[in-house]
Amino acid sequence: MHDVLTTCVYCGCGCGLYLHEHRGRVTGSSPSRNHPVSRNNLCVKGWHLHEFIHHPSRLTEPLMRKNGRLTPVSWDEAMNCAARELGRIAAASDGKAVGLLSSAKCTNEENYLLQKLARAVLHTNNIDHCARL
Amino acid sequence: MAGLATTFGSGAMTNSINEIENAQVILLIGSNTSEAHPQVARRIFTAMDRGARLIVIDPRRTLMAKRADIHLPIRPGTDIPLLNAMMRVILDENLADDLFIEMRTENFYGLRDMLFRFDLEETVRLTGVDLARIRAAAQLYGRAQKAVICYCLGITQHVCGTGNVQAIANLAMLTGHVEKEDTGVDPLRGQNNVQGACDMGALPNVFPSYQQVDIDDYREKFERAWHASLPGQPGLTLMQMTHGGKNGPLKAMFIMGENPVLSDPVSDRVEETLDNLEFLLVADIFLTETARRAHVVLPAASFAEKTGTFTNSERRVQMVRRVIPPLGQSRTDSDIIMDLAGRLGYAMDYESPAEIMEEISMLAPIYGGMQHDRLENSWGLQWPCWDRSHPGTPFLHKYYFTRGRGRFTPVVHEPPAELPDDDYPFLLNTGRIYHQYHTGTMSRHSALLSREAGEALLQLHPEDGRRLGVRSGDLLRMRSRRGEVQVKAELTETVRPGEVYTTFHFSEMPVNRLTISAQDHFSQCPEYKICAVHLEKV
Ligand code: SF4
Repeated sequence: MHDVLTTCVYCGCGCGLYLHEHRGRVTGSSPSRNHPVSRNNLCVKGWHLHEFIHHPSRLTEPLMRKNGRLTPVSWDEAMNCAARELGRIAAASDGKAVGLLSSAKCTNEENYLLQKLARAVLHTNNIDHCARL
Repeated sequence: MAGLATTFGSGAMTNSINEIENAQVILLIGSNTSEAHPQVARRIFTAMDRGARLIVIDPRRTLMAKRADIHLPIRPGTDIPLLNAMMRVILDENLADDLFIEMRTENFYGLRDMLFRFDLEETVRLTGVDLARIRAAAQLYGRAQKAVICYCLGITQHVCGTGNVQAIANLAMLTGHVEKEDTGVDPLRGQNNVQGACDMGALPNVFPSYQQVDIDDYREKFERAWHASLPGQPGLTLMQMTHGGKNGPLKAMFIMGENPVLSDPVSDRVEETLDNLEFLLVADIFLTETARRAHVVLPAASFAEKTGTFTNSERRVQMVRRVIPPLGQSRTDSDIIMDLAGRLGYAMDYESPAEIMEEISMLAPIYGGMQHDRLENSWGLQWPCWDRSHPGTPFLHKYYFTRGRGRFTPVVHEPPAELPDDDYPFLLNTGRIYHQYHTGTMSRHSALLSREAGEALLQLHPEDGRRLGVRSGDLLRMRSRRGEVQVKAELTETVRPGEVYTTFHFSEMPVNRLTISAQDHFSQCPEYKICAVHLEKV
């Protein structure tokens, strides 16, 4: 069992908190005492932050639409299809017909990579996220 | 946050969250702070325990409004005339900070001329707030030594969102309430890493650190770093992408961790747009309403399964750390993007998120000194942080605004795109609640959060309830010009007669079927806060 210091994902306050790990599962959370925002305190969302992580309806395998239904496939098959289709449509339209939505719930590093993928690889500035929502 | 950027040159919170505790006057506009930003609310209550006064501008009697010294219950969508009236009072009573205006700002005369032509009685008619209260609020704010304005989506989600923000900035500059510690203008960001997503250039018109794509110098810098030729035309915004319909501009989309079917206005239109794409790729942790429409769905890792950084509302960049490996076959979004880039013939080989951050720090000046090793050993750093020896910046605009001088931008009232009429007599307002988060992708999968707030309720004033013959818990049919949903009523005096309020967290009650796609002209933020609806008992 160990605790890992991390950052809450439920609002822009950005509380620092510890996630408790026990035998490969995240079992709880508690506030950081000295973190400048949390100062030993969390709101109800932070205290229950761990609950969605192991929810049984988490997606655990890639899915692809076959005969109208989403069907489990291998990563290789899913990624090949994704790369082929995005690449084809981007090339045919010089990037104009592809669009990407990034997420305010993903990390900075992931947001950086996604806009780099849009601009440098798919040749489009059609990238946005939910900042306005 | 376009409004703050044109005025100050930077669109982020000017203070740190903890500075709010030391303010003498706090002005809250369009922010249901105790529900959406609990830690900020906590600082506000601490400040009040120390003697601070609270002014709340909000159509609803929220918890914050009940605790306020002065509550200005304005008609939705009339923030600009109210703020202009406060500024006029400040001018009339000589509470403006002349030295600050002289030294630090420009275009004051433009603002002054507009305010002197301004009719105070007209404001009372538009906003529904009496003049004595407006005057008291203006005096309180104008006289304070240290005053903070906090605003949230109640300000930006209007057709005049950018204008609203500019009016707020004008008020702060007029009284010199910007450049100091414990004093400033603080937009509270809705989602946990909105600030970071903007900083990283997940926007159609800028690279990381707000370097515009259509300025050759910036573009060439990124072309050299990325070894690729880059498009110089700003791209499409979220609304342009998701509301194109059958003949929209896009044929393919990649949606990472977003659920636009639930979060965007006029969901029918979003569904039509997505259903007509040739190819839709979605990466998410759950099978969301958006993922169900995809051709390929990739299982993503949750925040507990990856390492990286988030940037909070006060610009603090801090570590997110991996606790357990990705569940099942799921992968982190970085792994997915790198794999995809590789298959498209572009090598993205980063050993670790720390290496990605190193590249960011070389290209994004405000993140210049942000490397994981520094963030690991501290409580994070607040941008701008120019280099490895820079300590970070708790409050912005200390001696000069990011754009040099702060610019007064006179703004005038712009009526909402749709107001109640005989056919649709109620004004519908939407927002968040304490126990749920955004479209509920994460929070609805939490047992406790769902027990406390498991379904959407429509807040309705008891007077209206009597007229319609409904009691709390009765089912209502709510119809707008765009669609219809069924929802349970909750009678409460939090809302005023003629106005109703609900949340968008629940897919069973997709309220965004009703909302309109009218947007702010500059930032293209949709007007979630106002539309007209008809109600009847089922
Ligand atoms: S614990 Fe609550 S206040 Fe703190 S970041 Fe999480 S949601 Fe926000």
